[in-house]
Amino acid sequence: MTGRSPARLDVDRLIDDRRTRIIVCCGSGGVGKTTIAAAIGLRAAEHGRRVVVLTVDPARRLAQSMGLSSLDNTPRLVPGVQVGDQADGTGTGPAGSLHAMMLDMKRTFDEIVEGHADPDRAAQILANPFYQSLSSSFAGTQEYMAMEKLGQLRRADEWDLIVVDTPPSRSALDFLDAPQRLARFLDGKLLRLLIAPAKVGGRAYLRALNAGFGVVTGMLTKILGTQVLRDVQTFVSALDTMFGGFRERADYTYQLLRAPGTAFLVVAAPEEDALREASYFVERLDTERMPLAGLILNRVQQVPAAQLSAARSLAAAEVLQAAAPGRPRPGHHDGPSHPAPPHRGRGQLGADHQAASRQLTIAALQLHAERMAQAAAERRVAGSFAAAHPLVPVAEVPAQPEDVHDLEGLRRIGESFAAR
Amino acid sequence: MATRDTDWDGVRLHVVTGKGGTGKTTVAGALSLALAADGRRVLLMEVEGRQGIAQLFDVPPLPYAERRIAVGPGTSSRPGGDVFALVADPESALIEYLQMFYGLRHAGSALARLGVMDFATTIAPGLRDVLLTGKAAEAVRRKDGARGRSYDAVVMDAPPTGRIGRFLNVSAEVSDLARVGPIRGHADTVQQVIRSPETVVHFVTVLEEMPVQETLDGIAELRALGGIRPGGIIVNMTRPMALPPGQLHEAANGKLDLAQLAIGLKAAGLDDSQGLADALATELAEQARTTLGQEEQQQRLESARQPCYRLPWISGGMDLAGLYRLAAALREQKAA
Ligand SMILES: Nc1ncnc2c1ncn2[C@@H]1O[C@H](COP(=O)(O)OP(=O)(O)OP(=O)(O)O)[C@@H](O)[C@H]1O
Ligand SMILES: Nc1ncnc2c1ncn2[C@@H]1O[C@H](COP(=O)(O)OP(=O)(O)OP(=O)(O)O)[C@@H](O)[C@H]1O
Ligand SMILES: [Mg+2]
Ligand SMILES: [Mg+2]
Repeated sequence: MTGRSPARLDVDRLIDDRRTRIIVCCGSGGVGKTTIAAAIGLRAAEHGRRVVVLTVDPARRLAQSMGLSSLDNTPRLVPGVQVGDQADGTGTGPAGSLHAMMLDMKRTFDEIVEGHADPDRAAQILANPFYQSLSSSFAGTQEYMAMEKLGQLRRADEWDLIVVDTPPSRSALDFLDAPQRLARFLDGKLLRLLIAPAKVGGRAYLRALNAGFGVVTGMLTKILGTQVLRDVQTFVSALDTMFGGFRERADYTYQLLRAPGTAFLVVAAPEEDALREASYFVERLDTERMPLAGLILNRVQQVPAAQLSAARSLAAAEVLQAAAPGRPRPGHHDGPSHPAPPHRGRGQLGADHQAASRQLTIAALQLHAERMAQAAAERRVAGSFAAAHPLVPVAEVPAQPEDVHDLEGLRRIGESFAAR
Repeated sequence: MATRDTDWDGVRLHVVTGKGGTGKTTVAGALSLALAADGRRVLLMEVEGRQGIAQLFDVPPLPYAERRIAVGPGTSSRPGGDVFALVADPESALIEYLQMFYGLRHAGSALARLGVMDFATTIAPGLRDVLLTGKAAEAVRRKDGARGRSYDAVVMDAPPTGRIGRFLNVSAEVSDLARVGPIRGHADTVQQVIRSPETVVHFVTVLEEMPVQETLDGIAELRALGGIRPGGIIVNMTRPMALPPGQLHEAANGKLDLAQLAIGLKAAGLDDSQGLADALATELAEQARTTLGQEEQQQRLESARQPCYRLPWISGGMDLAGLYRLAAALREQKAA
């Protein structure tokens, strides 16, 4: 760990820069991608940009507060955005706006099918059980469809900034890898072999694969039964017209992610696992030459009384406990310590008052010590990330005491993006 | 065997689900330890190929084989039982299945090499699920001549809440794909185990909106499926709030008696000249708001009417000692 603090990520500059057209919020599960994407979208709109936020699986209350009550796969204007309230304070800049939408992956997939096949064939595909399981539960479909939607929004050209939230996933890398995996699968060799083994028998390695093919179909039949294999074949040949289409589309969006005007933000909580994932992701972006704007360290513990060290705080709490007359010491880890109110005897009022004040102060000091320890642990893990990636700018977002589920909460998060 | 009066007496397959990152693997580990008390033999099973169990118990990566990894907490009269672990992956499960039912060992491996498993499980995720749940069902039913059942309990570190319904409803998932055929028969056997009163699904959550919502949705989903029994709700990572309930609302509304705090600080020998009392009151206020938000979530959970258990936050990082503490907490609350 080095003592140097990393460069500060200036999120406001990023969103005020009109050349920024796409911001992608990535990160491992539960770190705050959806929240940060929404907060950035809101702030950018209130800074005068025409923004659309593509969210994936937002918390119900957050969705509601953005006016997203139904999952209809189209951008909706978010009410309650303070437009015309420009950053320069003149109120004369262009009026911003905020649209938001929730991704419906199945619908997005269906639309691709409908757009690429004649109505009969499309209907046939949509009804196939394999299509249904692929479009609703293949690991990677959600990522592919998020990228697909991003491509569509970009082509629509109705917004000057698109903020993309990414699907919940253990690893941030899934966002980059999964679409390719689905595309590879959909125009993969095995699938092609299944429809027309004869057609591709020419090349040597395929011939070898083909030789094994009889065994393969035999086995699949054994495991799944003949009818399943027939269903698969019907599905595959119906999709045949669209092969290649998937690859191309995935490639198009992938290129979009590399284009100037795109900025990746990696979101992480100040915890070891999340920062390890963030590390992998940062390195991956680097090899892919994709533009990383920086790291958003979300839910950073703030300690208002930072002047008092954890050790002194605990020591002071112990002094007070020792002073408590004839009361067992509440152990630090033994759960809530709510000593019964002292017995009210003659002349006890002053003592009562003292006891209450002692109890309150002990609670405050113990809580404070915990927060200091937590903050120190967070600084330690953030420090090792910074040491490993000294060039990655970092913006910190304070942990809010409550869930972030309304525009006010998002706005408060946005305020931490202001230059200090 | 000493019988204990627990909430899940008679249950032999404990499926542990929850939103990602809420502590499924940790709780599944603690539960398997708790169940292994009193000399019981327990199998802890992982199905997502992440070697989470090995990490949790601090042992080298585990193979597709049942290995003893820990011993449950014992008492003076009775030593703890053994906890075994198994990392099940669909490929190995398929190979095993083919061998068991068709005596086809090499064919299975050949298939795996050709990537057919990848293919088959991609096009039909139900197939992967039936192989994994099938392995659990097999372990639950397995008999071993001398001791009767091979395992007294099987604990499964299962997929997250969003996928649990599909995962467990294998028979229906597979029957959409295969109306007849051997895999269909297999799925039906597995389904009998999953829908028996010997199987329950526990939900791990933390007191935040999304995981709580997922828990409630998950329980509702299982109920709608019929026959798959929701088990306990395990509220993980709870921290004690030091303030007495009476002062919680005061604190949350910023109405704490600052003078009281100032007197207390003085008595503790701390200097309040820098606005320390003020700053500490802010900390208490924030904490109180967090706690109130959590209480709201706790109440939402109670609307599900399933037994609720609370596990403490283990500070300083999870380790074996912490895991045994969680196991003890589960036993105290009669979850095991
Ligand atoms: N700075 C913050 N302070 C307090 N709570 C926060 C903060 N950021 C996010 N949260 C809360 O954390 C929870 C998870 O946030 P969010 O849904 O944005 O994460 P995510 O990365 O999108 O998760 P997933 O991977 O499941 O999609 C939400 O309840 C949200 O309100
Ligand atoms: N009671 C607890 N106290 C402290 N830390 C905990 C507790 N329970 C879990 N953790 C920690 O939280 C993190 C997530 O836990 P775990 O891996 O068990 O979750 P999971 O639900 O299995 O996650 P995934 O969805 O990634 O499989 C781990 O670092 C673990 O050590
Ligand atoms: Mg999200
Ligand atoms: Mg896990």
